[in-house]
Amino acid sequence: MKKSVFLGAATVACLGAGAAAAQTLESVQENGVLNCGVSTGLTGFSSPNASGEWEGFDVGICRAVAAAVLGDPMAVNFVPTTGQTRFTALASGEIDLLARNTTWTFSRDVDLGFSFAGVNYYDGQGFMVPRALGVSSAQDLDGATVCIQTGTTTELNLADYFRVNNISYEPVPIETNAEAQQQYLAGACDVYTTDASGLAATRASFENPGDHVILPEIISKEPLGPLVRQGDDQWADIVRWTLNALIAAEEYGVTSTNVSELASGTDNPEINRLLGSEGELGAMFGLENDWAQQAIAAVGNYGELFEQNIGESTPIGLARGLNAQWTDGGLMYAPPFR
Amino acid sequence: MATTTDPHRAGFRLSQLVYDTRYRSMTIQIVALVALIVAGWWLVANVVQNLSALGKDFDFGFLSSRAGYDINQTLIAYDNSMSHGRASLVGILNTLLVAFMGCVTATVLGVIAGVLRLSRNWIVAKLMAVYVEGFRNVPLLLWIVLIFAVMTESTPQPRDFRVLDDGTSAASMLLGDTIAITNRGVFIPAPVWGSGALVLGLVFLASLVAIWAYRRWAFARQERTGQIAPVFRVSLVLFLVPTILVFLFMAFLSDRQTLVAYGGADGQDLAGFAQALGPDGRVTACVVPGTTQALLVRRALRNSDANFSLVEVADGEAAIAAAEAGECNLISQPPGVDPATIPAGGFALSDGIRSGNPVEFDVPVLGGFNFEGGLQVRNSLIALWLALSLYTGAFIAEIVRGGILAISRGQSEAAFALGLRPNRTMNLVILPQALRVIIPPLISQYLNLTKNSSLAIAVGYMDVRATLGGITINQTGRELEGMLLLGGFYLGLSLLISGVLNVYNNRVKLKER
Repeated sequence: MKKSVFLGAATVACLGAGAAAAQTLESVQENGVLNCGVSTGLTGFSSPNASGEWEGFDVGICRAVAAAVLGDPMAVNFVPTTGQTRFTALASGEIDLLARNTTWTFSRDVDLGFSFAGVNYYDGQGFMVPRALGVSSAQDLDGATVCIQTGTTTELNLADYFRVNNISYEPVPIETNAEAQQQYLAGACDVYTTDASGLAATRASFENPGDHVILPEIISKEPLGPLVRQGDDQWADIVRWTLNALIAAEEYGVTSTNVSELASGTDNPEINRLLGSEGELGAMFGLENDWAQQAIAAVGNYGELFEQNIGESTPIGLARGLNAQWTDGGLMYAPPFR
Repeated sequence: MATTTDPHRAGFRLSQLVYDTRYRSMTIQIVALVALIVAGWWLVANVVQNLSALGKDFDFGFLSSRAGYDINQTLIAYDNSMSHGRASLVGILNTLLVAFMGCVTATVLGVIAGVLRLSRNWIVAKLMAVYVEGFRNVPLLLWIVLIFAVMTESTPQPRDFRVLDDGTSAASMLLGDTIAITNRGVFIPAPVWGSGALVLGLVFLASLVAIWAYRRWAFARQERTGQIAPVFRVSLVLFLVPTILVFLFMAFLSDRQTLVAYGGADGQDLAGFAQALGPDGRVTACVVPGTTQALLVRRALRNSDANFSLVEVADGEAAIAAAEAGECNLISQPPGVDPATIPAGGFALSDGIRSGNPVEFDVPVLGGFNFEGGLQVRNSLIALWLALSLYTGAFIAEIVRGGILAISRGQSEAAFALGLRPNRTMNLVILPQALRVIIPPLISQYLNLTKNSSLAIAVGYMDVRATLGGITINQTGRELEGMLLLGGFYLGLSLLISGVLNVYNNRVKLKER
């Protein structure tokens, strides 16, 4: 009898735990803080600055979501994750959102049980070598020692690429970007391979960036994007449309400086719906109607976010390339706000 | 009126389960057991429910799917098209390798340091105290990372070995250009077994048996007559001399192999053949990988300054077939081949190559990016091995010291009174008795070392934690299954080690008759 009571209680507890997992928005609003998983430090994407504050392109996504959900871009608890720990952290509920230059792949989306909220950076895997080696193509890398971050898609792409091209290599598995940088600079590996954006960011932090070349070959498609746990569609929608709002804002010319002015109403109904002066879009997923306005005011539109953190005016110096708006020949394309 | 003196035979009452001391302990145990089972069941049910809520099943099928990643140190054949199970096995062998090497070195270090810490020489004793306290009191992970960092930062890169135009190089190889210490690891000559290797191995085994028999005889004679035979010197001679003699004999007998070139002309030698191919031509040699013949062909090609590449084939017949199909233009034929039977289209070159000793050494040579050939002992293995040995060695030193101190002084005084010198006293009187005290805690040190080897991740050593517990879990998302397998492996290995050592402990422990 007592046993059955206990078991009943246990079952209820289990069900309760299951139900809680589907209510990320409520738990974030209740805690008043967004737990956001980022990298352990990749200049331009997510790294702490001199005063210990996290900043970067991926960090911007976290702040935009926090602004949309909580109205406060600073209400984010950043959780540094490595390539190996990120998925466990997300699946276990330690973080609500993972914005850590993570590649969107079929098995991660389907088998690992995550939902990708879109793509914030279209990337591809590249190689960096010291200029002194005189290597001009990845095809010349036969017998080279290659540093890779273990637990990433780059590890698998590398194996495939070298297999297809019948080139031998020696992999050196490394846990974090900082370690990889140290090993590469010490010459313990000839080549460092990761996403081309990561290579540019890493090279920018070197003492003599000019001594290193990024080889022309891009050996994979790496669409990087924020992701959430599968099964909470409301939360996935919030993250997806926050990202879309930033992209759409750039398309319609909404910036962090003019957003408050435009929010009072414009002639363009699309902008009005986006910024909440018309329609009830925010209420549809349980937020205030000015959610997108908050997000844009906090971090700027997609273009501003890009230029501030990784664009051509920064030491990292990445061109927009594939990440330009679709109107400029890129792939950034937000569905309509309607 | 009838009075009864029989004991009261009332039936069993439920309250007895609590108030009767005969039943109470049993009741408590049963309640505890039920509580334990319920708690376990609750945990399992919780996991199952949460997994199904996440849409995940419990399945070990991932072990047979394609791994897709490469591993740098493989003791068995592995490439990225093999399964996750195979990758796990590679990791397991790497774990076993570093655990075994670590246990051996830690024991040697520990015994030496433990004995020396009791030395009457003040400096030696204090040095050992510094070693023990230094390693025992600093976390192992720090030592691993420190040793790795020192090896990476303070040793030259492979390209520093390149000889520049002015004839100098920033770094050079050791021991007659056979060993290279680089920041990617130490490259040492690797043995390649030739045709006579089996005979050589048997001779070596026979000499081991002879050493064992001789020691038995020497011991029995000492027991009987008190005469001491020179065990160490004779053992050393038995260990080395027969094997070396047989090796030299076989090397003396070895014949020359014929190199057969396709598209060459009679009477050419290898260098002439290479030159005749022109500046853009390339000698492609079909060789069977892992044989002395392949090694010698490569060495000959290197010495002839030819522009060459090697094509790997399965065996000698495949080499002929490949050459006739035009896939390569050089093969080597076994010694004593009749020139008339040389395959169609081929010409025997005038300079053959040696057919090879039973054992040839594949010496590392600087190639494009790295040293090629030889055996690469990676820095990650060295760092992990050294750190594990030094760290566990410090604990073993204390165990050994404790074991020695546990033997009463009277034992050594009695030995001295009998005229035994100090090192014989230690080897014959003190250590055998101390072993009884040393072995049980030693077992747990071995277990510690084995489990600590999972810190390999810090230096990128590909042990089972890094393959199965790292990349495989990350690529397949099977955390629970992977961690269960990993836990099961370490549990099984630990039980095996302690089982084996317990058998040994039962042999050396004090037997009471």
